[in-house]
Formats: sequence, C-alpha cells, structure tokens
Amino acid sequence: MVEGFLSQFVDAYYLRIMVIIGINIILALGLNLITGVTGQLSMGHAGFMSIGAYTAAILTLQFGLPFGPALVAGACMAGLFGFFIGIPTLRLEGDYLAMVTIGFGEIIRVFFLNFELGGKATGLYGMTKSTTFTTVWILVIIIIFLNAKLLKSRYGRAMYAIREDEIAAEATGINTTLMKVLAFTVGAFLAGLAGGLYAHYMGYIAPKDFAFMKSIEILNMVVLGGMGSIPGSILGAFILTIAPEMLRIVDEYRLLFYGALLVILMIFRPNGLLGNVRIYDIKKRFKKKEV
Amino acid sequence: MSILKLEGITQEFGGLRALDTVSMEVEQGKIFGIIGPNGAGKTTLFNIITGIYIPTEGNLFFKDGDITSTPAYNVARLGIGRTFQNIRLFGKLSVIDNVKVGSHGVTSSGFISNLFALPKAKKEEEIITAKALDLLELVGLADVKLEFADSLAYGDQRRLEIARALALEPTLLLLDEPAAGMNSAEKLDLMELINLIKEEYKLTILLVEHDMDLVMNICDLIAVLDYGKKIAEGTPQEVKSDERVIMSYLGVQV
Repeated sequence: MVEGFLSQFVDAYYLRIMVIIGINIILALGLNLITGVTGQLSMGHAGFMSIGAYTAAILTLQFGLPFGPALVAGACMAGLFGFFIGIPTLRLEGDYLAMVTIGFGEIIRVFFLNFELGGKATGLYGMTKSTTFTTVWILVIIIIFLNAKLLKSRYGRAMYAIREDEIAAEATGINTTLMKVLAFTVGAFLAGLAGGLYAHYMGYIAPKDFAFMKSIEILNMVVLGGMGSIPGSILGAFILTIAPEMLRIVDEYRLLFYGALLVILMIFRPNGLLGNVRIYDIKKRFKKKEV
Repeated sequence: MSILKLEGITQEFGGLRALDTVSMEVEQGKIFGIIGPNGAGKTTLFNIITGIYIPTEGNLFFKDGDITSTPAYNVARLGIGRTFQNIRLFGKLSVIDNVKVGSHGVTSSGFISNLFALPKAKKEEEIITAKALDLLELVGLADVKLEFADSLAYGDQRRLEIARALALEPTLLLLDEPAAGMNSAEKLDLMELINLIKEEYKLTILLVEHDMDLVMNICDLIAVLDYGKKIAEGTPQEVKSDERVIMSYLGVQV
C-alpha cells in the first residue's frame, strides 16, 4: 500500500535503495552493539546474517512457513549461534577475537557452500518477495527505539564501561563475560533478522552474498559512523549504501573512489563521523561563542 | 570484629614471589594503611582482595565468607569497592554515568525490563540517578556532571573514582594511592573527604599510600610490606619507630 503510494512519486530504483539502506541499518546497529558499544572487534557479522537468511528461506521454501514466523525463527537461530559462539570466544581479546570471528564467518560460508538443503553454491531461489519497504522501515524504527532505550539503561552503561576499561567494569560488579555474550547474542539476532529480510527481498541468496567482504562492509559502516553511536551507525549505513550507487558515474574506478572516501574520512574524523559527538558539547560550544 | 582477614597469602608470578605468606586482619570501622617501597606487593595485595588474582596459596575471608577464589564482579557485589593507582575511569562516559555504572552491582532489573523501560527499571534508574547526584555533590563534581570523565583535571579524576566506588554501597573501601600527584592543599581536602565518607557511610578503609603525612595522620593501624613480606604492623607511632621499617622504607634522618 505504502509502496504503491510512494511509487507514484519515487522511482523504483530509489525505493529499492531505501530498502537496502534499512536492512544495512539493522546490520550496522547489531554490530555497533558488539563492536562499537561493548568494544569487542567482530569481523564475522555476515556469518550471522547468512544463518538468518538461510534459516528463514529454508523455512518458507521447504516447510511452507509464513514469512513472519520464518523471519523470527531465522533471527532466533542467529542469536543462538551468537550465544554459543560468544561463550568460548569472548575470553579472547582484540586481535585474537577478530581472528576467531573471521574464522567463524568463513566456516559458516563454507558450510552453506556444501549444504544440500541450502542449494550448495547455487544458493536458494524462488522465495516470495515478502519483504516490503513498510516492513523493513517499521522494523528499523522499532529497533532504533529499543536500542536507544537499551543504551541508556544499566545494561547499555555496563557495555560502554567494558569498552572503556574492563578491569574497572569488573570492580563495579559487572559480570563482563555475561555482558559480552549478551551483546553478541543481541547483535547476532539483529543480523539474522536482517538476513531473513534480505533473503525475502532479493528472492535469491547464495553463500557469496555473505562473504568476508560483507562483514567488512558492515564494520566500515559502524566505524565510519562512529563507534557506539546509534545515529552514527544509521549515517554510516546510509552513506556506504548510497556511495557505490553515486560512484557509478566514475564506472570502473568506483572501488578506488570508495576506498579513497574511507581513507579521507578516517583522516579527518578518526572517531568516525558521529563518534563521541553529543548534543551537550555542541550546545556548550555555541554558548561559549555567544559570550 | 575483623571484617577482612588474610591468612598466609602467597602470590607467585612465574618465579617471582610478589607476596610471601602475608597475614593480617582489618578491624571494622578502622582506617588501615599499607605502606612499603615500590614493588613491595601492595597493589598485588589489593588485586588479590578484589578478586582480580587468585592467590597461589592462602585464604581470604570477608565478613564470614571465604572469598579466596570469588570472581572480581562478585567480590564487588559483596561490598568491596576500590579505586586504582593508575586511574581507571570510563573516559568517554560522562562523569555522572561513571558514578551510575558504579551502581551496577547493587541494581538488579533485568534485560527485558530495561529494553522496554518497564516500571522496575525506570524506578531503579531514578534511584541511582539521585544517588549519583548526591555522591557528585559530596566530592564536589556536580557542576561537571555532563563532561566526559577523561576531560577532568587529575585530582578531580581521583575524586570521581572515589564517588564511583561509593556508588557500589561498599562496606570496605580500598584506596590505592589516592593522594598520588596531588599538591598539599588537595591532600588536605582528600583527608577531609576520607574521614567524612568513613563516618557518613560507616566504612572500613584499606589504604595504600606513599605520602607519609597522610598515612600517619589518618590511619588507625599500619602494615608495612617489603619484598612481599609483612615486616611490621602497628599504630602509626609504633611503625614510625620500628627499626626495620626505618631501614627499609622511611630512611634514617641525618
């Protein structure tokens, strides 16, 4: 309905980009919770996305489940993986955690490459395109809202505290392992949700859609937008989704420009566009100028 | 009544014996000082008490429970708060959020409750916000409550650490060199603050400090560590005149 209304004014091409932006926002917010807020460098986010995508697609295709329940099941499955992978790996820190999460992402990809029920390298196709502009953006708004609530609560503060200083966090009574597993579970859940939406928007998925570069792309959104910032992740997802589209004019130099854009932004805004930016500081700066 | 009891605590790091069969008892409601030269094992002792290290040998009792191998976050929840020698604040959190994180161990609202901001979580949030404001008032940081913690001046950061530790509602407070890097005026303020919080919150305080003026003025009892061994214990007067302490730490007046 909304699509019909919008399509009178907006080109189908833009509508399509808006949907992809929405899906990427969900991915970025999930990873932001793990890497941006809790400070655990995870480089296998596309792995969780693929678990959600394949679970949801298999459920609708093979088992005839309606889209809604399949979507939730996909997200829960990814969350479950986040939980069980979180427990052993979160004893690791920094570079080591990054290595293990890269490994995880690749294992999942290779698994689907050989998974009979998932169509091996061909992937799955023929899913009904149940994901609409409306579903995606309603979900995005709900997720942003809940995410903001969470980050303002004792859980959010505890996660930020772990990023800032793990030993001091323990000394205030925070069970840091539990909190990290929680961040991983919720982040993976969101990635699974995005995966299910993606599968039922494209109508086709294959293991290559969830390769290492996809994980890096999501990480770029979080870092570019600003670690730990919800508006930052949204902005990062927005910019990095439309950048390749805008850069179509430079044709084969597209990736070159994309890379240069990232380098330049990181030189001038090392904390990301909105990292550690608060309305309070901006207001204060204006007040000082008045005086 | 002793609130904290150490029995034969030994800590080895590889071949290095950082603490060697240290025993001591800390009386409730007292200020207990630990002094000693650099590398004597003072901070290691703090890390053992707060559960960061599990001692190689020996036992540790808090109130009536054995906390020898209790993980750090549970030690905190039992009521042992601490500050750090090399300040460990949450730099990119606001001053007030630092104190609110300090309340984590004494709050209990669940994940779902917080995700949807249900009444229980809201109520708790109001309580800890009010408490955090009180604590900031107490340490004189209420004006800068919204600044990032790492933008504060050095002495203010030390006071913020104390406020954060108090938010945990501890019964035993461990202060690791609270006066380090402070000038004399700030030290006087600090002494006042320590005495004030001790009375107001009915605390027992365990203090590591190099500043002899402060230690001798404020402590009821002092233990002296040297090369991981306890070489003396007693009132400030007794310790001051102990020959071994003078030899190894205080030095001889020429």
